[in-house]
Amino acid sequence: MSYLEYNLKTVPTGFKKILALNWPIIFLLIVISSIGFAMLYSVSGGVVERWAQPQMQRFFVGMIMLFIVAMVPSWFWRNISFITYILGVSLLLSVEFFGVKGMGAQRWLDFGFFRLQPSELMKITLVLVLAAYYDWLPQKRTSQPIWVTIPLIMIALPALLVLRQPDLGTALLLITGGGAVMFLAGVHWAYFITIISSGLSLAFAVFQSRGTTWQLLKDYQYTRIDTFLDPSRDPLGTGYHITQAKIALGSGGWTGRGFMQGTQSRLNFLPEKHTDFIFTTISEEFGFVGSITLLILYLAVLFFCTLSGLSNKDRFASLLTLGIGSTFFLFFAINMAMVMGLVPVVGVPLPLVSYGGSAMLVLLLGFGLMQSAHVHRPQRK
Amino acid sequence: MKSTSSENLNSTKQFSRRALVIGGMQLSMIAALGVRMRFLQINEAEKYRLLAEENRINVRLLPPSRGLIFDREGRLVAENLPNYRIGLIREDTGDLEEILTKLQNLIYIRPKDLTKARKELLRVSSFVPVTLAENLSWADFAKVAANAPALQGVFTDVGLTRIYAQNENLAHVVGYVGPVSDHYLKQIEDPDPLLQIPRFQVGKTGVEAQMESKLRGSAGLQRVEVNSAGRIIRELERIEGDPGTSTQLTIDSKIQNYALARLGNLSASAVVIDCFNGDVLAVGSSPSFDPNLFVTGISTKKYDALRNDVFGPLRAKAVQGTYAPASTFKMITALAALEAGVLKPDDEIICTGHLEVSNNKFHCWKAHGPMNLEDAIIQSCDVFFYSIGQKVGIDRISNMAKRFGLGVKHDLPLSAISRGVAPTREWKKKSFEKNWLLGDTVNASIGQGFVLASPLQLAVMAARLGTGQAIQPRLIQNMNNVNISQEPNKKLNVNSDHLALVQKAMFGVTNTKAGTAYSRRIETNKFRMSGKTGTAQVRRITAAEREQGVISNKDLPWQQRDHALFVDYAPADNPKVAVAVVVEHGGGGSSVAAPIGRDITLFALTGELPNLKHYPTKFRREIQLEQEDIAPRLIDWTSPKVKERSKA
Repeated sequence: MSYLEYNLKTVPTGFKKILALNWPIIFLLIVISSIGFAMLYSVSGGVVERWAQPQMQRFFVGMIMLFIVAMVPSWFWRNISFITYILGVSLLLSVEFFGVKGMGAQRWLDFGFFRLQPSELMKITLVLVLAAYYDWLPQKRTSQPIWVTIPLIMIALPALLVLRQPDLGTALLLITGGGAVMFLAGVHWAYFITIISSGLSLAFAVFQSRGTTWQLLKDYQYTRIDTFLDPSRDPLGTGYHITQAKIALGSGGWTGRGFMQGTQSRLNFLPEKHTDFIFTTISEEFGFVGSITLLILYLAVLFFCTLSGLSNKDRFASLLTLGIGSTFFLFFAINMAMVMGLVPVVGVPLPLVSYGGSAMLVLLLGFGLMQSAHVHRPQRK
Repeated sequence: MKSTSSENLNSTKQFSRRALVIGGMQLSMIAALGVRMRFLQINEAEKYRLLAEENRINVRLLPPSRGLIFDREGRLVAENLPNYRIGLIREDTGDLEEILTKLQNLIYIRPKDLTKARKELLRVSSFVPVTLAENLSWADFAKVAANAPALQGVFTDVGLTRIYAQNENLAHVVGYVGPVSDHYLKQIEDPDPLLQIPRFQVGKTGVEAQMESKLRGSAGLQRVEVNSAGRIIRELERIEGDPGTSTQLTIDSKIQNYALARLGNLSASAVVIDCFNGDVLAVGSSPSFDPNLFVTGISTKKYDALRNDVFGPLRAKAVQGTYAPASTFKMITALAALEAGVLKPDDEIICTGHLEVSNNKFHCWKAHGPMNLEDAIIQSCDVFFYSIGQKVGIDRISNMAKRFGLGVKHDLPLSAISRGVAPTREWKKKSFEKNWLLGDTVNASIGQGFVLASPLQLAVMAARLGTGQAIQPRLIQNMNNVNISQEPNKKLNVNSDHLALVQKAMFGVTNTKAGTAYSRRIETNKFRMSGKTGTAQVRRITAAEREQGVISNKDLPWQQRDHALFVDYAPADNPKVAVAVVVEHGGGGSSVAAPIGRDITLFALTGELPNLKHYPTKFRREIQLEQEDIAPRLIDWTSPKVKERSKA
């Protein structure tokens, strides 16, 4: 379906658009972010100004952006999707040349007043452009090799650029997020089997290349994988993150130590306690009840997202909605799995909770797009 | 773009199917996360909670304050003073060099300490505090504390350090403390955790070492919450340890001080024993040293000077040193002979100046003519004892010696107490694999040859001779104000008539004109002493030398001169104190040791610098000059510097 076929009169206009928003998701976003504020307040040892306040300000800005994006018809976003993609890739390229180094990686573009992380933006842009691509592509061509290669290149280009920064986590997120959209669009199973198996061969090659002249990953990435496989090998060195995170998690028990009572994070045993590892503080202070609640909240977001995507008759809108849902899922699933020692530490923040501007804004932007698709969905007469 | 409705339907179906697959995958992953959460937080909670506690809680030892040591009058001997220290934590210091320069501009830090600290800084983790300087003056300490904001990473801290209030006076008695050596730590199986504290001080010698377990006290514990850098956030719990037992010595530091002062620059020792209960009132070895030097770490130069000094200031001669008791042993031989019945009190032996025994000529210091036992002791005739010694035999002499505490190790908490030697046939066989010879007995009968005794043993012997009681010396009067219970003295297993005879003879030594120490008498009746001189030969006098005339002591090198000995007890009729004095290579017992013994005895009895009226008129002038000589060495006990035990 294209927007020309929309019965424009059925699409809400003006104030009605606001009523047509997917309010459960907005409500859930506010709840999750508020948990984030509280946790940032807790890990800073009761200093609002340190992390909680900037985070709130960003959330506020992000919510306004969400509303603005949501009010703009989704076909506008579809039409500019390719331009945003080109823009995103150029930003990634400029990081390569003008980026600011931080934590051993080149990820930021410094605009003086704002530090932009283009790789974060790319996560949404890629979903957007792929959804538009498959909306444009006739269904029967979906599985034709040439039309499969094009989106693969669209995914691989930013993924490789991000990997060069190097940021393994985001690269994986881009690949899986993009892959999810392709899968939803109906690309033939065989492609996925081929790609997954070639991915595994690549992983094998990565390990084989270790220590040789054509080594594919940075040393620190290898050690991260090593310590993931056996964190006890170096409990005070690289395995420290995982071991301490597990201690924090485990020491939470059923109901946790209570708000602001977590010793692991308060006493600085946890590195990156306010960013990637903030989940440990939640687990420590609120225990199993707290962490499972957060998981359920995320699940609820995913549920409403999927529901919206499935019920949307517009192909672009549903692909976009489910694509953003999947990206959101990948965020929290990878983060939690990483903190709980199920996957290597790859540097993926806990969505809406971890401290960090780019991720927060980009996520809300993504939900803005999702809301736009929701608001402007074709209505039955 | 147009699409047919069937295509549309198909695609919708396919989309829903794919969405369900994705949703299913997501749901199963979320379920896996939930299961993992449950596993970590519920099933393994106990394990991880424990690990978190370990992370967070650090148990620190609180060193107890070491037990104080007092003398019998409650004068402080060893105390703990605040030790003002400054240290540094490297991770808190920005530019280490800059901070050190700043610090050195502020106070003086010994270059030695600085190099030591630098070495330590390189060795330890950056969050471990390293001591820069110890025992600072309050002024320096305050300066650093006041400038703390400008000195990043520098901290001030107050510890306790041992101070020996009387410096040299009791060095050989209390000994000193010093940091635990790694060598020592390795030797003990289950070391007190306190010993692991860097620079923790333990007793090294003397009472400090012997009473270590009591003086040390037990460690307190402090449970603190620390962050990952090991820095203390707050204290959770504090269990104070038990301070070490405060210990009161039997020593009277005033007598001790006088004894040392009287010994002066001689290489000598003196022991004063209370004749009622065996309390050791003074046990001095001269020259002495300042134990405080060892607490703060003595320099190699100073230590070598002490070690290489021929007078051996580090040796506690009074208990470690063993000397031939020489003529002071004659009472033992006499009592053994009397008990054996080989000698009657009135038996006379003629001294011709020498005695031939198995082709060896044994000499007396002069030809005394006919002598009975009393005369022989008073005039210290050797031939008399050569003669009776042969008759008694060494084993009975040795037996008697042991009853008087010779050849017996007295159990005092002092380092390296000597047993001395009261030889027997068996002993010689065991030690030298040689048979006992008659000549050995002859030598032993006048306290030469194999017989060896420490000044402490000689003082015990004098006390037992004077009282007829088996006086046991003791050095600790009470611990934490609880008196050490003491068994009443046992009577010596010696015939009282025999003892009375020997006592009469000893009285004669110092109170009859013929006595070897007559000129060293005390004239005041209530203080009259009984004593015995001794001159221990340390070299062999050859027959050739004897023909040409024996070389006098003053013409000999110091190491070859005779040891001068003197033992006494006083007042003679009801002994209160017993004294033994040994002056190494001092010369004659009556000329060198006896006057010292007499003065110490008088001081112990009167508690003050002996009044000249107690001395024979003709010696008063000489003694007065001597007293003026030693006056600067005496501690002014009225000075506020001399601290006494607080009444609390």
